[in-house]
Amino acid sequence: MEKIDAVIVGGGLSGLACAYKLAEAGMQVIVLERGDFSGSKNVTGGRIYLGPIMSIVGDMFKDAPFERRISRERWTLMGDDNSISIDFTGDRYKKTNNSYTVLRATFDRWLADRLIEKGVFVIPKYRVDDLLWDGNQVVGVKAGDEDIFANVVIAADGVLSFMAEKAGLKARMKPKNYALGIKEIIELSEEKINDRFNVDINEGCAHLFIGEVTKGMFGGGFLYTNKKSVSLGIVVGIGALMEMTPTIEVHTLMNAFKGRYEIERLIYGGELVEYSAHIIPETGYRNISKLFGNGIIVTGDAAGFALNMGVTVRGMEFAIASGIFAAETVISAKTANDFSEKTLSLYENKLKDSFVLKDLSTFRKLPDFLENRALFTLYPKLLPDILEKIMFIGESPKEKIGKQLWAEVKASGILSMKTLKDIISIKDI
Amino acid sequence: MMVHEKIAKDAFKPDRESHIKIDHNICKEKCKIKYCLFVCPGHLYSFNEELNEICVEFAGCLECGTCKIACIEGAIDWSYPRGEYGVQYRYG
Repeated sequence: MEKIDAVIVGGGLSGLACAYKLAEAGMQVIVLERGDFSGSKNVTGGRIYLGPIMSIVGDMFKDAPFERRISRERWTLMGDDNSISIDFTGDRYKKTNNSYTVLRATFDRWLADRLIEKGVFVIPKYRVDDLLWDGNQVVGVKAGDEDIFANVVIAADGVLSFMAEKAGLKARMKPKNYALGIKEIIELSEEKINDRFNVDINEGCAHLFIGEVTKGMFGGGFLYTNKKSVSLGIVVGIGALMEMTPTIEVHTLMNAFKGRYEIERLIYGGELVEYSAHIIPETGYRNISKLFGNGIIVTGDAAGFALNMGVTVRGMEFAIASGIFAAETVISAKTANDFSEKTLSLYENKLKDSFVLKDLSTFRKLPDFLENRALFTLYPKLLPDILEKIMFIGESPKEKIGKQLWAEVKASGILSMKTLKDIISIKDI
Repeated sequence: MMVHEKIAKDAFKPDRESHIKIDHNICKEKCKIKYCLFVCPGHLYSFNEELNEICVEFAGCLECGTCKIACIEGAIDWSYPRGEYGVQYRYG
């Protein structure tokens, strides 16, 4: 049996980044993608941060089809029928190409095409069914009737990673460790987007929402501006959704969100062109799979590399970095002519030395903090409610601001030992 | 807009055979809450009164994986559709 250097299961960002670096080093590599083309099975919110990977990607993303460069960030606290927003921008956003919105069906496909031009086999319409073993060593994959042998298998097959599962590297997936993301692509003219979001040509806005959007469940809403569309969606913890009483049909949350005045005005006149959904790893560091075995390496979402910091949500740059480190590991393993767990452990060391495991480790206590229901109910509602009392001039004479504020704070129930504990717990995150 | 109208906007290549298999005995004997009826973003699961069992319209599956995880009793056997079948996102 003839072995190639690596077979990559999944033509998403981690798989393609891995193939890119392997091809650069002259390795023989095949990427198997189950969709019609790379990106056709992928869903992102989507925003990518290039900052952390700038120094390792080389020219990988030269002339890449990014949608818009983020130059404006917004967060909105959603009350039941009111909201308060923060709008942030700065010169730094103008001067650096740090973060972009992307659409995966465009972006991943472009990267796959670049690889194909370089002579890499990126084979679409191929679902990998199983791993091939020689004793306790993974030696390739089985796709339909075909067996493909390789020194190393890269499991880049996304959050549901059947490969990591089959290799015994991944624990059973528990609802509380994952969230469901639902997204709508709404087409709007470039000009309307520029005007409505107060951004220049090719500049974009990233907008996150917390509070009423998820009816108190873990999660929130998002809106990212693309060139000629917006990506509008919600994220809900699957565990929280399952525990909710009375039960909520999750698809109704999306319509409720879209129907909010705050959103409705932004997407008015736009046309829905795609409805998508995907699950997201949510518990960061503690839910990372075992990262390697004999003849196998797990990358990107498959390994659980995603980080929700509440105010920022990250995943794609972790996927790309892990794909690159996997490639470097395969190259070293080839030099040593040893593809056992022992050599492949280099992959984990590389991740530990980089932002991937450093950031995930730094924020490892964040998921506990985000489990606190008050973050999605009490706190987001409080500010808009207070502001409404102060701002709204009605029939009755106004009370002193301080007095009203105090009454509001008292009535909200926020003055409790629990709040104090919540505030103290901030030091841990 | 109803959820099935939204799904109608997507591109699908439906396979003849479902990639989602349901063990109805587990549904009947073990599962009380029937999470699948409300966690699916495509609202593809329903209870068929005539057959007295859970049905899934697999052809509209968005391949998110939520039902696979939420079916804690293990009645849902979910795999990816065969290569080239299933949803084909044009934006993603």
